[in-house]
Amino acid sequence: MIDAPDFSFAALSPLLLVLGAACIGVLVEAFAPRDVRHPVQVGLALTGTVGAFVATLLLAGTREVTAGGALAVDGPTLFLQATIAGLGALSILLFAERSLDPARSAFVVSAAVPAGSPRDRELVTTQRVQTEVYPLALFAIGGMLLFVAANDLLVMFVALEVLSLPLYLISGMARRRRLLSQEAAVKYFLLGAFASAFFLYGLALVYGATGSVRLRDIREAVTAESGGVLMVLGLGLLVVGLLFKASVAPFHSWTPDVYQGAPTPVTAFMAACTKVAAFGAILRLLYVAFGAAEWTWRPLIYAAAIISMIVGAVLGLTQTDLKRMLAYSSVAHAGFLLTGVIGFGAGGDGSGLAATMFYLVTYGLTTLGAFAVLTLVRDGDGEAGHLSQWAGLGARSPLTAAVMSLFLLALAGIPLTAGFTGKFAVFRAAIEQGAWPLAVVALLASAVAAFFYLRVIVLMYFSDPVADGPTVGVPGLPTTIVLAVTATATLALGILPGAVLDLAGRAAIFVG
Amino acid sequence: MPAEGLLAASWLLIALPLAGAAVLLLGGRRTDRWGHLLGTATVVAAFLLAVACTVQLAGLDGRAADVELFTFIATGELDVTAGLLYDPLSAVFVLLITGVGSLIHVFSIGYMAHDPARRRFFAYLNLFVAAMLLLVLGNSFVALYVGWEGVGLASYLLIAFWYTRPAAATAAKKAFIMNRIGDVGLALAIFVMFAQLGTTSYAGVFGSVGTLAGGTITAIGLLLLLGACGKSGQFPLQAWLPDAMEGPTPVSALIHAATMVTAGVYLIARSAPIYDLTPTARAVILAVGAVTLLIGAIAGCAFDDIKKVLAYSTVSQIGYMFLAVGLGPAGYVAGLAHLLAHGFFKAGLFLGAGSVMHAMDDSVDMRRFGGLAKKLPITFVTFGLGYLALIGFPFLSGYFTKDAIIEAALDRGDVWGWVLGGVAVLGAGLTAFYMTRLMLMTFFGRPRWDDGVHPHEAPTVMTAPMIVLAVGSVAAGALLVSVFPLADWLAPVFGEPAEAAHVVAPALVGLVVTVVMVLGVLTAWLFVGRREVPVTAPVRVSPVTRAARNALYADTVNESLFMRPGQWLTRALVWFDNRGVDGAVNGLAAGLGGSSSRLGRAQTGFVRTYALGMLGGVVMVAGALLAVTAG
Repeated sequence: MIDAPDFSFAALSPLLLVLGAACIGVLVEAFAPRDVRHPVQVGLALTGTVGAFVATLLLAGTREVTAGGALAVDGPTLFLQATIAGLGALSILLFAERSLDPARSAFVVSAAVPAGSPRDRELVTTQRVQTEVYPLALFAIGGMLLFVAANDLLVMFVALEVLSLPLYLISGMARRRRLLSQEAAVKYFLLGAFASAFFLYGLALVYGATGSVRLRDIREAVTAESGGVLMVLGLGLLVVGLLFKASVAPFHSWTPDVYQGAPTPVTAFMAACTKVAAFGAILRLLYVAFGAAEWTWRPLIYAAAIISMIVGAVLGLTQTDLKRMLAYSSVAHAGFLLTGVIGFGAGGDGSGLAATMFYLVTYGLTTLGAFAVLTLVRDGDGEAGHLSQWAGLGARSPLTAAVMSLFLLALAGIPLTAGFTGKFAVFRAAIEQGAWPLAVVALLASAVAAFFYLRVIVLMYFSDPVADGPTVGVPGLPTTIVLAVTATATLALGILPGAVLDLAGRAAIFVG
Repeated sequence: MPAEGLLAASWLLIALPLAGAAVLLLGGRRTDRWGHLLGTATVVAAFLLAVACTVQLAGLDGRAADVELFTFIATGELDVTAGLLYDPLSAVFVLLITGVGSLIHVFSIGYMAHDPARRRFFAYLNLFVAAMLLLVLGNSFVALYVGWEGVGLASYLLIAFWYTRPAAATAAKKAFIMNRIGDVGLALAIFVMFAQLGTTSYAGVFGSVGTLAGGTITAIGLLLLLGACGKSGQFPLQAWLPDAMEGPTPVSALIHAATMVTAGVYLIARSAPIYDLTPTARAVILAVGAVTLLIGAIAGCAFDDIKKVLAYSTVSQIGYMFLAVGLGPAGYVAGLAHLLAHGFFKAGLFLGAGSVMHAMDDSVDMRRFGGLAKKLPITFVTFGLGYLALIGFPFLSGYFTKDAIIEAALDRGDVWGWVLGGVAVLGAGLTAFYMTRLMLMTFFGRPRWDDGVHPHEAPTVMTAPMIVLAVGSVAAGALLVSVFPLADWLAPVFGEPAEAAHVVAPALVGLVVTVVMVLGVLTAWLFVGRREVPVTAPVRVSPVTRAARNALYADTVNESLFMRPGQWLTRALVWFDNRGVDGAVNGLAAGLGGSSSRLGRAQTGFVRTYALGMLGGVVMVAGALLAVTAG
């Protein structure tokens, strides 16, 4: 007879809220009449995510291991869950924007219709809005919430798949440039499956070496013996699977293509939330399970950080599409985040965990805002993503250009923006742990990357407008809220970061 | 002791003109109509407040009030608290600055009436007054430095007020650059103080300066002196001051005669506790003062530009003040008394020159003046009183204050006392000569002006300040010596005046100086007054005259020693920047761009390539981990 595991519903309420909302969303999709689906689905999704956000705040201070040891609810879990739920709610708002695209949505009505077929051309002009994205996004958010709480490799794997599969789907649902979108979805799926296989193989090897998939048991096994070849190889493959999700070079090759092809709100969602979830899992895996074997993985992370920063910064230089540019920016930022991971220190006494978590908040907010601005600038064929189309935007649409400049400055890490505070925190953490060469490389990479962020600002303000340039759409309420929140937060976290830094610092203790 | 009552509000002294400047500069054209009135009102209000504060100060025990404002910088060991110190020394400067400043603001209302940029002019004047007050009221060397740079900025802006004139723009640059040399000295002195003593406040520095090695104290003293020389136009940094006359005449009167250029004297007097410990630095001050005194007086004899003559006169008179403060405790009060008296009569003389220029269509060439006494009676009388005060006519202000300096020099009792005293007496004779020459060429003789010029007396708004200053020129000396003795007032700062054993009886000194002065006047009459003044300056002149006309070749020396090598250096640096630095930067950018394109080729768009790349990464990871574990 198998006993039912103990289950702390209160501690898991954020997760349950989001997944519950997702399940109801599926039912709504099946049974509710078509014309009420959109408001109901948006309301449901917002209730789920905002509810989860509030729940994490109410749970602050909880430290327990539940579900038979499979899930850990502690400071980092709750901090990252709050981040994911908050950024998720903002992404849902971007999904719900209806006034920018003439067809009232960024998503295709019927994704299964072959692109370019007569039926597809027919649907281009329809005012029907597709609402399946909301439950799908909620499942992805649920998977992310589970991912950062997973205290068990199998649960971690399940969470990885729960978050990934809906993302593969909604990546292919762009209303415009459908073939590009579908190509992105297939690429993401194939490479994601490839990476998942590595993760799963690593899981099997670690189980073989230690006899358990629980992080606590693995830690005991690692502490007891120096770890055999099996264990080390398994660790390497697990890390590869997670680095893929975090788009760390050299496992980043999907990032530019998928970011460019996916509908922009989905790209924003992926860039902000997936990154948070992936780093949550990396931190937990490395420090809770393999903290005692730090000497094995530290050089690995060290090298990955350097490669990622250099690849992201250098490749970003020659990009002409803004979404691809932000994709390489995401690769470079993944490298900066890894410097924070290094800064956690062997004994977990460094400030790296708090710094990384703070960085995730700032990067998520800023990148979400930047992608939100991208949805505003449009030409006849959807979003105008080519750099040349942004020339002279400052003269034509000063507010849009100013907000975009703010986000770009934050991404470049200019003081008085959130990006600077975040970078400062992770670099300091790395230096405190003696990783100053890493910090030097990070500073150089920041300088290189600043070039392509600032180039956009120069284009917007110091170039003459192109003749038949793009129009700047007037955003509806949802996008306006997103822009207001992200811009305010980007400024506020740059000028007065104390409160959030403090919170991250107090949350930065793992429960084993 | 902490300030109470009005003294606690003495920060308003600085805030009022500063607010005036802010309103005028930010308000733009909207303030054009009433801007000059606001600018004048803020300074007059500051003067009234200063009078009230000084009255309160006179009743205080110890006569010093500390006004804590706020913490300016607190980082590591450096803790600079912004605060003011209202003591007798700063009080006399505050009264001079706001008093003369008020009069000159009033004068400027008339003088600048037709200038389209009058508002900007008053804004800069207000800025200057605020900075100058901070300079003398600050309670630390850092506060002094902030004010020091502020007056430098205001001086630069005002010299170049008519910036479309190349001469004005060049003069402003020259003043700024030469002042920077001095400012570097002042900054280094402050750095040394902080490095050695850990503090920059007057109280802290003066309290502990005695613990330093003699060489360090001398270094601080000399660096402070370099700063003082730059600001006060003293040898070897004197060449900018005459050129600064390109600015509007009220600026010359306020900044380049009465107040800013005396900041160097203030700095040395304020740093008396440092100089008391370093006879070497004091000797250098004496040398600087004596040399400058003679250079200024000699150059003043040769120029035909009325403002330049007055400017060299200023250089020379500040030389007297340096000489006095260089004498140490015996001379501080004499130097400051001369400074105050000079502030009155030199401001009056400059305003008189402004009135003459106003009458003569902005001409400054004295060879084109002549016979103006009848046309400009008020100007003539006020200017004449200032002239008598300056040359030390018995019982006018210059007589008392200059004689005091000469007596103090002689009281040293050694050979150097006689040398310095002799130089000062010689300077008095030269002063009498060049000022008499100026008077004769301007106000007496046959009119030599062009046909189109119709000299007329200035309006009341201009003559009234001149009259007030003329009364001050006549009375200041006697007041400061006998009625309100400056020595007693300053006793809390410099100690009780000691009754010196005079080497030469004061009456005899007075007699000798008067005789020399009369000789100077007579010589001037012989050379200038007796004969017709040629309208163009004679070309065939003695080498001495030629040297004096070139201000003893100070500009030539500066150009060949500093300017040309500086230009060569900048050219070399520009070359290196273009070839070396830019080349490296552009090369790096090209390299990064190239590697970006090459790396970008890996992004083929094919999933198989991406998967292969990932596999490569995995093999690397696994290989590295296995190597680490095995090894």
